[in-house]
Amino acid sequence: MPTIKSIEDLKRIREEAQKIREMRDQTDKVQIVVGMGTVGIAAGARETLKAILGFIEKNHLADVILRQTGNMGLEGQDPVVQVFLPNQEKVTYGKVTPAVALKIMEEHIVKGNVVLENKIEA
Amino acid sequence: MAFYRSTVLVSMDPVCVEKGALEVKERLIQELDRLNLSEEVQVLESPHIGDPSKEGPDILVYPEGSHYIALTKESVPLLVMEHFIKGRELKQYASKMRDIIDEELSEPKEKEIRIILQNIGKIDPRNIEDYIALDGYMALGKVLTEMTPEQVIQVILDSKLRGRGGAGFPTGLKWKFARQAAGTRKYLVCNADEGDPGAFMNRKVLEGDPHSVIEGMIIGAYAVGASQGYIYCRAEYPIAVSTLRIAIDQAREIGLLGEHIMGTDFSFDLEVRMGAGAFVCGEETALISSIEGSRGEPRVRPPFPANKGLWASPTNINNVETYANVPRIINQGVEWYASMGTEKSKGTKTFALAGDVSHTGLIEVPLGTTLRDIIYDIGGGIKNNKEFKAVQTGGPMGGCLPKEYLDLPVDYETLGNAGSIMGSGGMIVMDEETCMVDIARFFMEFTQDESCGKCVPCRVGTRRILEILERICDGKGRPEDIPMLRNLCDEIIQDSLCGLGQGAPNPVVSTMKHFMDEYEAHIFEKRCPAKVCRSLITYHIMDGECTGCTVCARNCPVNAITGERKMTHVIDTGICIRCGICAQVCAYHAIEVN
Repeated sequence: MPTIKSIEDLKRIREEAQKIREMRDQTDKVQIVVGMGTVGIAAGARETLKAILGFIEKNHLADVILRQTGNMGLEGQDPVVQVFLPNQEKVTYGKVTPAVALKIMEEHIVKGNVVLENKIEA
Repeated sequence: MAFYRSTVLVSMDPVCVEKGALEVKERLIQELDRLNLSEEVQVLESPHIGDPSKEGPDILVYPEGSHYIALTKESVPLLVMEHFIKGRELKQYASKMRDIIDEELSEPKEKEIRIILQNIGKIDPRNIEDYIALDGYMALGKVLTEMTPEQVIQVILDSKLRGRGGAGFPTGLKWKFARQAAGTRKYLVCNADEGDPGAFMNRKVLEGDPHSVIEGMIIGAYAVGASQGYIYCRAEYPIAVSTLRIAIDQAREIGLLGEHIMGTDFSFDLEVRMGAGAFVCGEETALISSIEGSRGEPRVRPPFPANKGLWASPTNINNVETYANVPRIINQGVEWYASMGTEKSKGTKTFALAGDVSHTGLIEVPLGTTLRDIIYDIGGGIKNNKEFKAVQTGGPMGGCLPKEYLDLPVDYETLGNAGSIMGSGGMIVMDEETCMVDIARFFMEFTQDESCGKCVPCRVGTRRILEILERICDGKGRPEDIPMLRNLCDEIIQDSLCGLGQGAPNPVVSTMKHFMDEYEAHIFEKRCPAKVCRSLITYHIMDGECTGCTVCARNCPVNAITGERKMTHVIDTGICIRCGICAQVCAYHAIEVN
């Protein structure tokens, strides 16, 4: 951080710090939920979960919460993954193989674009 | 750092360990390992989670926040399978998750105004930018670029800010004296030696918002012309000390401390000095000699520190809360500040509410708020629907005020006139089951112990008062004890060297004034009305109520209870040590205390 030599310097630091505070409030808690019921596990949800974990670790994503839940009741769609971005509708994905999971991470979590091919319409 | 999708905290409370927490943790690690989850789930130890006696061993699983209780090593495999593989909460061990609340500082109540406590929990105390984002150091910027030291002093004078350490001396006047004092090198000291039992207002500010104090100190230093400052903080506050040190380093790094602050000609630096925990070191002259490296003993005033303080140079001393008020006054103006409080006492005051009140913890109210509002509206009234008996303000040197004073607006003068003090903000509420003689004895024990011993009235006098009070509580009080106590209190108040001795008799004086009937009951009737003093009570088993279940006899540590099964039992009062265990274990409320 630069040294403060005048009140203008202080104001500049204040503005930057305010932006960081705002950003911190927004990026708060991206949530990814993997359906890990018996069906989900049988369909390979564990591999999907591991792929997501690996991506988070490799890319040092902060403020991402990875959770698991039971059967989501979406027959034939397992493994199912839900993505919750702050202040946005949740997006549910079906048939998320590890490869699809990585695509979701890359496109949706990092860039913010929903992966339409695997999206399940509510 | 590795990313774990889940973190498990295992409570390592001693009670949990005794109940097998170590085995639970070991099994958890084994089981996670067996299922190849050890790279996904992290197991950590926590000193304490739930109620260990009822819920231990317990674990907390993040990010879900699931709290599993009463675990055994046998239950772990099922738990791991259900929670971590299948992602289901295992209901049979799950406890309703308690809201994570800060027990020391809860959300503000309706009648509170938070100024000093407003940033706590909202900013990262170890990151100076977070403080700057909320207009931190803007007041300093304004002072250094737009105001002369005299103007700063005038603003503080106009705000009617008074010393929050307890004596209530006008801060602006103190600064003026230090500014006018002759001397080339001047010092500025922050008294963070918070020693009143149960009080932790200053600790919370230092731990949660250290920069507000530092900013206030730099402004103060500019006003009085000081070049070096010290924060005297007790060693019992290690987190406050480390937070302060980080904050000072960060401020120095960006040029808010040190040479030519913000590009001006003003230079000032700060250092933390740790106190070893002597209560008397909260007294300003004792504090000064402790910083100098001498024994922490007070000296005669005058000369006041403003003229001859640290190393005989002019020194300004204020309390943590006083300094924390300064940036707010500069930023938001005198009018805003004066809109809160009473005619002579402006602004807000933090209090540590403790004792027999429903919600204990830190509060901040405008000066002039009544004791009733504080105790009933903010504190939620007396615990367990008991009756209010007294409130003690101002720590061990304060007075106990009975219910006639509940509508007293709290400020420096009203409390002083009522026979108590503002002090640094301790407030201990007592219910009907408190013996006021015993309370006076308790506080005398504290002050007697903390008397530094330099002057005779305090050293010997407090000891004599304590002996008399112990005698009264022990059922050996004499009629002449009351006038003797009065006499001793008067002499100690008049003749002691410092505030400790002058204030020490306060609990005795105030309880004798408001609760003389209790003293008389102890001395003349050998009876403790609150049934607290052990020598003056007897336990008795009521004939019609006792079922002869033998629980009391089996639990009595001295075998003072005898009786046949299904027959009324009897306590031998000659053997009984009045521990009260029998009354606690009796399911039929058959044991009465007289």
